[in-house]
Amino acid sequence: MYEHILLAVDGSEHSVRATEEAIKVARLSERSKIEVVFVADYSKVKDDVLHTEGKEALEVARRKKLSTVEEKLEEANVSYYVTILKGDPGPAIVDHANKQKVDVTIIGSRGLNSLQEMVLGSVSHKIAKRVKSPVMIVK
Amino acid sequence: MRVKDSLREQWFSNIRGDMLAGIVVALALIPEAIAFSIIAGVDPMVGLYASFCIAVIIAFVGGRPGMISAATGAMALLMVPLVKEHGVEYLLAATILTGVIQMIFGVLKVAKVMRFIPRAVMIGFVNALAILIFMAQVPHFIGISTMTYVFVAITLLIVYVVPRFFNVIPAPLIAIVVLTVIAIYMNIDLRTVGDLGAIQRSLPSFFLPNVPLNFETLQIIFPYALALAIVGLLESLLTATIVDDMTGTESEKNREARGQGIANVITGFFGGMAGCAMIGQSVINVKSGGRGRLSTLVAGVFLMFLIIVLGDLVVQIPMPVLVGIMIMVSIGTFDWSSFTYIKKAPRADAFVMLATVFIVVATHDLSIGVIAGVILSALFFVAKVSKIKVTQQTNPARIVYSVKGPLFFASVDHFIASFDYEIQNEKILIDFGSTQIWDDSGVGAIDKVMIRLMANQNHVEISGLNPESKKLIDRLAIHNDPTAKMPIH
Repeated sequence: MYEHILLAVDGSEHSVRATEEAIKVARLSERSKIEVVFVADYSKVKDDVLHTEGKEALEVARRKKLSTVEEKLEEANVSYYVTILKGDPGPAIVDHANKQKVDVTIIGSRGLNSLQEMVLGSVSHKIAKRVKSPVMIVK
Repeated sequence: MRVKDSLREQWFSNIRGDMLAGIVVALALIPEAIAFSIIAGVDPMVGLYASFCIAVIIAFVGGRPGMISAATGAMALLMVPLVKEHGVEYLLAATILTGVIQMIFGVLKVAKVMRFIPRAVMIGFVNALAILIFMAQVPHFIGISTMTYVFVAITLLIVYVVPRFFNVIPAPLIAIVVLTVIAIYMNIDLRTVGDLGAIQRSLPSFFLPNVPLNFETLQIIFPYALALAIVGLLESLLTATIVDDMTGTESEKNREARGQGIANVITGFFGGMAGCAMIGQSVINVKSGGRGRLSTLVAGVFLMFLIIVLGDLVVQIPMPVLVGIMIMVSIGTFDWSSFTYIKKAPRADAFVMLATVFIVVATHDLSIGVIAGVILSALFFVAKVSKIKVTQQTNPARIVYSVKGPLFFASVDHFIASFDYEIQNEKILIDFGSTQIWDDSGVGAIDKVMIRLMANQNHVEISGLNPESKKLIDRLAIHNDPTAKMPIH
C-alpha cells in the first residue's frame, strides 16, 4: 500500500484540506508515514529575512505556518515528519518526490483560473505532470 | 588541512553551476551598473569598473561565497551631492576611505552590532531605497517624449512577462537587445546612454585620485565615506543573511565586512565607485545555481569581457529602457508586505519604519534614516521597559508596597510618585522582589522615597533585593544615616 506519503503544504487552507485526504490515505495501511513537505520559496526569502529577527525566529516562523496541518495530523494520530526544502516550490517538490521514490504525492490546489495560472504558475499542475508517483490533487 | 579543503570546496565544488550562474549575473549586472552610474552622476565606466573590480576582489576576500557585490543603487544615491559639488575624483578618494572605514569595522567585529538594528529600521531602509531609486528615474522619463513613455512601458512588459515563459537569459538583457535594435533600425529619437557619458573599451588601470592630500579634502569626503561604509555594510550583511537562508549554509560576517572594505579600497584606485552586496543579483545567482566563489569571479570577469567586446553598442542603449529596468529594480526592492506590517506590527515598530522612510526621502540620505530609526527605536525600547508598577497592600500589621519592573533613570519619576506620603506612624515594607535596580538614579529614588516616608515617623523596611541591587544600595544609599536630610533639589 501507500507507505511513504508525501504531503506538500504551504500553510494555506488548501493544504489543510489536502491534509484531511492524506490522513484518509494513511489510514489504509499500518506502516504508512506522512512526510509533510514545505518549501521556503526563494523569491520570498528576502521578505522572510526582513520580517524576522535572526535565524532562530525564522525557523519558528516557518514551523508556525505548518501548525494547523501538524495539529490535524496529531489529532488523527498518524505518524508523520516534517521536511523543509528551499527553492522554487514546484521543481523543489518534484525533485524531492522523485529522489525519495515516494509512493504517493498529495497536494492542495489553489483552483486558479487559466489567466492566474499563466501569471502565477500552478504548482499542483507542475507536480501532477512531473512527479513519477501517483498524484492526488485535492480541490 | 581543513582550511585548504574548505577553500577548495568554496571555489571548485560546483564549477558548472557557478560558471553558468556567473554568466547570467554578468548579463543582469550590465544595465544596473550603467544605470547606477547615471544615478550617481558619473560616466557609465565608473560603475562598470566598480562592478568588475568589486566582484572579482570579493570572490577572493568575501565571507559569503555565492553572494554578488558590485556597484549598487544604495551607494550611488549617497554619492550624488559629492559628485555634483566636487566631481568624480573626490568620489574615488571617498571610495578608498569608505573601504578603510569598512576594514576597521570588520576588525572591530561590527557584525555583532548589526543585530542591534531592529527589523523595523531594515524594512524602512529597503523601502526608502526603492522609493529613491524610483524617484531618480523620474527626470529621465516624465515629460520627455511620447516615445520615451512607450519604451518604458514595453521594457516593463518584457521584464515581467518574458520570464514566465523563458528564463535562460535575464529578461532585462532581452529588453535591452531587442529595444536597442528597434530604436536603431526605426531611427527613433530617444536619449541614449552615450548622451550621458562615454564608454571606454579598456581594462581599468591603477591611478591615484587627483585630489589634494590635505585636511580639507578629508573634511569633504569623510562624512560621505562614513555614510557609504555604514550603508554598504548594512546592505551587505542583510544580503549575506538572505544568501545564508537560501543556501542553508553559514557565512563569516566579519570577514565579509573586511572583504567589502578591501574591495572598495582597491576599486577606488582603479577608477570605480564604492559598492556593496546586491540583494537582487545575489538571489538571481543562487536561483541560477551559483553557490561558490567561482560564480562571483565569473560574473565580474564576464562583465568586463562583454564591455570590451560590446562597448560600442552599450552607448546606443536608449535611456527609457534603462529607466524601465530601474523601475523593475525598485519594485523588486520594495518590501510589499510592509502594508500588512503597518497594520499588524506594534504601533512603535510601524512608526519607526515609516519614520525611517520619511527621513530618507526628505534628506535623500539612507544613512541618516537608518541612524534616526535606530535612535527612535532605542527610545521606544526605553519607554517600553521603563514601565514600573508599584502596588499598595494594607494589612492590619503593616503596609506593603510591591515593586515590579526595572528601576532606572527612565522609570524613577513614576516610581517616586507611586507612594502615599501622607501616611504617618505606620510600619511599611517595600518589596523589591520583582525588580532590578539598574543605576544610581534607581538608588537615589529609593533613597528619596525612604527619607520622605521616614520623615513621617514611619518604620520602613526593604526586602527582596537581589544581590547586585543590594550591593548598589549598600554602596550608595544614605537613608540609613539618621542625620541625613532630604537632598535639596
